[in-house]
Amino acid sequence: MWFVLVFALLAVLLVIAGTMRIVRRRRAGLGHGRVFPAALEHPAPQRHGEAPPEASPSGGAFRGGGLGSTLKGLFHGGATEATWHELEELLLKADVGPKAASDMVHRVRADHPTGGDVIDTVRTEILSILGPDRPLTLDGRLSVILVVGVNGSGKTTTIGKLAKRLVSEGRIVSVAAADTFRAAAGEQLAIWARVAGAQLIAQDRGADPGAVAFDAVKASEARGVDVLIVDTAGRLHTKQPLMDELSKIARVIEKAGAAVVETFLVLDAQTGQNGIAQARAFTDAVTITGVVLTKTDGSAKGGIVLAVREELGVPVRFVGVGERPNDLRPFDAGVFADRLLSSG
Amino acid sequence: MFDTLTERLDGVFSKLRKRGKLHPKQVDNALADVRTALLEADVAVEVADDLVNRVRSRALSEEVLKSLTPAQQVVKIVNEELNVTLGGEHRPFTLPGAPPVVVLVAGVQGSGKTTACAKLAKHLKSKGKRPLLVGADLERPAAVDQLRTLGREIGVPVWSEGRDPIKLAKNSVKEAERTGADVVIIDTAGRLHVDSEMMRQARKIKDVTKPTHVLMACDAMTGQDAVIQAREFMRDVDTTGFILTKLDGDARGGAALSMTAVTGRPIFFAGTGERLDDLEPFYPDRMAGRILGMGDVLTLIEKAQGTVDAEKAAAAAEQMLQGRFNLEDFLEQLRQMRKLGPIQDILKMLPGVPGGKNAVKEMAEEVNEAELRRAEAMILSMTLEERRNPAIISGSRRLRIANGSGTTTADVNQLLKDFEGARKMMRSMMGGKRLPGMARIPGPQLKA
Repeated sequence: MWFVLVFALLAVLLVIAGTMRIVRRRRAGLGHGRVFPAALEHPAPQRHGEAPPEASPSGGAFRGGGLGSTLKGLFHGGATEATWHELEELLLKADVGPKAASDMVHRVRADHPTGGDVIDTVRTEILSILGPDRPLTLDGRLSVILVVGVNGSGKTTTIGKLAKRLVSEGRIVSVAAADTFRAAAGEQLAIWARVAGAQLIAQDRGADPGAVAFDAVKASEARGVDVLIVDTAGRLHTKQPLMDELSKIARVIEKAGAAVVETFLVLDAQTGQNGIAQARAFTDAVTITGVVLTKTDGSAKGGIVLAVREELGVPVRFVGVGERPNDLRPFDAGVFADRLLSSG
Repeated sequence: MFDTLTERLDGVFSKLRKRGKLHPKQVDNALADVRTALLEADVAVEVADDLVNRVRSRALSEEVLKSLTPAQQVVKIVNEELNVTLGGEHRPFTLPGAPPVVVLVAGVQGSGKTTACAKLAKHLKSKGKRPLLVGADLERPAAVDQLRTLGREIGVPVWSEGRDPIKLAKNSVKEAERTGADVVIIDTAGRLHVDSEMMRQARKIKDVTKPTHVLMACDAMTGQDAVIQAREFMRDVDTTGFILTKLDGDARGGAALSMTAVTGRPIFFAGTGERLDDLEPFYPDRMAGRILGMGDVLTLIEKAQGTVDAEKAAAAAEQMLQGRFNLEDFLEQLRQMRKLGPIQDILKMLPGVPGGKNAVKEMAEEVNEAELRRAEAMILSMTLEERRNPAIISGSRRLRIANGSGTTTADVNQLLKDFEGARKMMRSMMGGKRLPGMARIPGPQLKA
């Protein structure tokens, strides 16, 4: 019974806390800390430079390094214990995860005891895990895209870039500032809306995000908008009330008469093994239809998306490859695999 | 999946115990598991390998091999070595030098710099300092607005000007002198360590402000990339320490361990929540337990000390010890506990129940805030008399309570039944005088 647990927990906790606090208080006067409504830390910045020509699909930004260059060198002189070990290490460093990395090495090793075309096999393995690419398709009526993720993963920036992309495709786009929690999140989105040429729908900080979403749907319908992108506050996936709030936002949008056609989970490419816990919790709260992998212009490879794809079946849809407004590309599994296996 | 390294090692060693003495090869097998656990906690590969090697040489000593509890021995060694890697002792954050001293906060995008700056300012202010927050992130739209809003909330001035972060940073020190601020906290733009132009800019900001501290904000959820970032920032801006952010999630934070290991710089603070109070001094030994999945009781107790009303808690404890614990007390405690944060977070800090099935964890899965709120609603729908003496709650009273709280009579029945069961359990627990040992409560008994 959960009840009993809570009860026991409470009791023990309070007894310990109570006694220790009294002891401590005798030593030094301790006041209560005041509680402030705080801000989340979820910004993802960008520098506005000139826009490059329309971007092609990508699995992430490449910085030097060739396709599987590390691996090619690795297995050049045939396979030894050391080279298999290095392959595993390469996968580990890409955040693929210890279990997945060792499984992959074992499988490949069983097929290629002497090395040979190891690179191709690993690449094929990665591609088969990732599955076919799924580009974004939107139909005629108002489509709502909900964007969620932990703090600092890059939601607002992703929305700015996505809005820009959709506007450049000739769609009428509005963005809703349902992150009413973090200080200046609305202002950040407003600047992005201007850059992208999208309409902004916002209320004051502290407003109910569900209400913002509802109004956004109604306003978008009235203004003949094609796509409404809803920004949400960054939330750690372990905070159940915040996850419940997310489910509520999704419900409210449906209730307002619009269809949430896509719910994107924004995942920082630097995320380690915790990424799978994030994806799991967000999937529980809302129907995640895709991952946007951000900050691939750093040195992180984003190998955690393999686990997310395998365990939860959620495909990667877009990648953030830089800080300019055009630096969001449809995901290309081939490019991603090459990047993961490269040293760059 | 194994939840804790201890459980995992217990599993490995339980097979071995039947055969008596431990064999070095078996230690190796166990250490392979240690390595996996470290990697799952996002400890950098190189750091994990180095650590495992150190543990191996110690674990192969005679006393461990012959020990009756080799699993615990190995875990103890792993823990100690983790502490060494994490920088051993807690290192307090000090600001020597003639005021105004400068603290530069840097890091990659989304690592939590702006929030960390505000939290640090609040922390220093509470220590009697007069901080000045400087918004030098001129890249991210509205970043300075964000800092201004946070500054207003904590009553710390925020200053920013122009479009040039280097000039701005330089002038901010003069501004501090002019206004009598003694600490300048500079919030810089997020920059990827591979962006040489931005890294050069960071170095220039450092050169013109001559900071006492250069703190790198690092997201606790970061993976293997953390060590690369840490090295690059260290090389370019000579980081003096880290602020580990977003530690209130369930990330094990192995990246932090690795950053300390490769740079030799300490983690001064950890961000542990969304309130601006949620910045805690960092204790390496507690982090080691977290990485190994052993809970963090000390932090929990400290947190409780900060938020729980001591008199009320003492009164409740008294009630409990005398077995006179009623629903009103329960309600009070529920509210106190709520102040500590989401129940799941609290549970996470508790160590698992050792040995076999982890009943606490299983039950923890069932607990959610919604259920707690429902229980609270039901209790609130009771009269004071009913709360003090639940025995008087008759059928018609149950119906009234159910109606009042938007639940069913079955829910009310369940609540009363659970409460009675829990009360009985508490009585036996308190009678046994095993007060501080939550971890020692055997699993099955909890299922009462």
